[in-house]
Amino acid sequence: MILLSHYIVVSAILFSIGVIGVLCRRNALVIFMSVEIMLNAANLAFIAFAREHGGMEGQTIAFFVMALAAAEVAVGLGIIMAVFKKQGTIDLAKINFLKG
Amino acid sequence: MKQDLIYFLPELIVSITVLFLFLLDCFIGKRSRRIFPVIAFIGIAAMMLANKSSSPLPSARFFSDMMVFDHVSVLFKYIFGLAGLIAIVIANGSHELEKVDKANYFTLLTALVLGMMLLANAHHFLMIYLSLEMVSLLSYILTGSLQGSRRSSEASLKYVIYGGVASGIMAYGISILYGLTGSMTLTGVAEFLRMNAVSKTALYTSVLMIMAGFGFKVASVPFHMWCPDVYEGAPTPFTAFLSVGPKAAGFAVLLRFFFGALSQTTTSGIEPIKIIGLPALLGGLSIATMTLGNLAALQQKSMKRLLAYSSIAHAGYMLLALVALNAEAVTGVIFYLSVYLLMNLGAFLVLIIVGDQLGSEDISVFQGLSKRGPFAALLSIVMTVFMFSLTGIPPMAGFIGKFYLFGSVIKSGHYTLAVIGMLNSVVSLYYYIRVVKIMYFDEPVDGRNLTTPMVSHASTVFALALLTIYLGLFWNGLANIVGQAKLF
Repeated sequence: MILLSHYIVVSAILFSIGVIGVLCRRNALVIFMSVEIMLNAANLAFIAFAREHGGMEGQTIAFFVMALAAAEVAVGLGIIMAVFKKQGTIDLAKINFLKG
Repeated sequence: MKQDLIYFLPELIVSITVLFLFLLDCFIGKRSRRIFPVIAFIGIAAMMLANKSSSPLPSARFFSDMMVFDHVSVLFKYIFGLAGLIAIVIANGSHELEKVDKANYFTLLTALVLGMMLLANAHHFLMIYLSLEMVSLLSYILTGSLQGSRRSSEASLKYVIYGGVASGIMAYGISILYGLTGSMTLTGVAEFLRMNAVSKTALYTSVLMIMAGFGFKVASVPFHMWCPDVYEGAPTPFTAFLSVGPKAAGFAVLLRFFFGALSQTTTSGIEPIKIIGLPALLGGLSIATMTLGNLAALQQKSMKRLLAYSSIAHAGYMLLALVALNAEAVTGVIFYLSVYLLMNLGAFLVLIIVGDQLGSEDISVFQGLSKRGPFAALLSIVMTVFMFSLTGIPPMAGFIGKFYLFGSVIKSGHYTLAVIGMLNSVVSLYYYIRVVKIMYFDEPVDGRNLTTPMVSHASTVFALALLTIYLGLFWNGLANIVGQAKLF
């Protein structure tokens, strides 16, 4: 029997993996992947809670989060391309033109 | 459903303007690009007129509880409209944006105004999340709009990464709050929290996580790291808009979140819910934000970075008023945002006029500015007005704004917080006055004189300075309008 708590634990683990990825990896693309994992953790929690509460709201928001994640990646990849053309790297440790 | 559209009229006008600008790009050649800012200006001005005509309507929720209409949303639409109009005037004719495609820039800027309006009216967490992302995505693109500029593309990369992480954390926070309360609307959450007991830890976690998204928008600690880099790398006309528009939208949604979802109306007025220590959380965030902003601003060499840290500090002052969570706090924040709009856009416009002609954005560009000809002497006076107002020295509008902010904090009994806020203002005096000092007491590094800029830039900068002084002397009119604003 899979209970609500199982889903929540899985989503918390997924979210933690995303956060660790953001904090530890320096490659801009991998950071985007980690953000994607965080958003999907939220989606899983939304859907699990929606089943628990018996409403449609949680399931609907999951679709919107997916669409927004795609939009964000579209914009993000464009920006990564622009930076790569200019600086020849997407390693965040080496992209440090702006500081002070 | 038909009546709902009355409340949505201002947003509808801006939406139509955005779509029209989008289509127009297909039919208009490269030569007549000057029409884009004009149409964007007319669209936003029409929105403000529609907003004025909708202001007598009573508060209402519409679109099946997705959005809310009240006097606070009317006031915020004025603030966004004004910020948008001034941003269009500033961007039109700026040297920095010469190579940028005007069609894209002004279409996206108008869409950004639309996103901020939706954010200020959102009542459902789905709407909050969608409009917050709309504001963020458009800001990323506009930050990186200087093609071929290393600074601009790097700034937008940093912005999109911090923004993506903040929105991921916020989405997870919303999912926890939904799990706890089973409701996705702000008032639904408040209703549930009044009737039922919930786990304190879970509620605190979800509020903290949702604060990540809002804190990112207003640039509060610990989500301020993007702010100096993005402000420095973005084209200055857009930085000016970024420092007032999205910040005001962030405060609009913060007000709605804390007053709508996490407070309850009792016989003695509005009170924060008791289960979690909201005043302590917000007070801590606010003190950390203003202190960090002010201390970091002391050692900046670039004027844009100085204004970035100063905008972090100002976010801290406004968060301080939220600690009070009373009716005066709403008045204080909205009043301060309107004043901050005038003085901060003014300071940026002076920087744009000076920077365009002397070719630098460092503070050193202001050295001996008053001795660079008659227009420069006038501009130095104007800059002095803005710097004094940002510090909060009477008789400028910034003083009255801070008076209302700290007044609401004192009224709620948090004397220590008010004292820390005032001490921070004293620290900020040092770096604002330093700009004034080098304008008057240093000698210019070269003999170049400042020529008169475009009429639109010159008249806007003087109008902003006059308004800053005017509101410092006769603030009653604005204060009365803002004081009557009721949330929900």
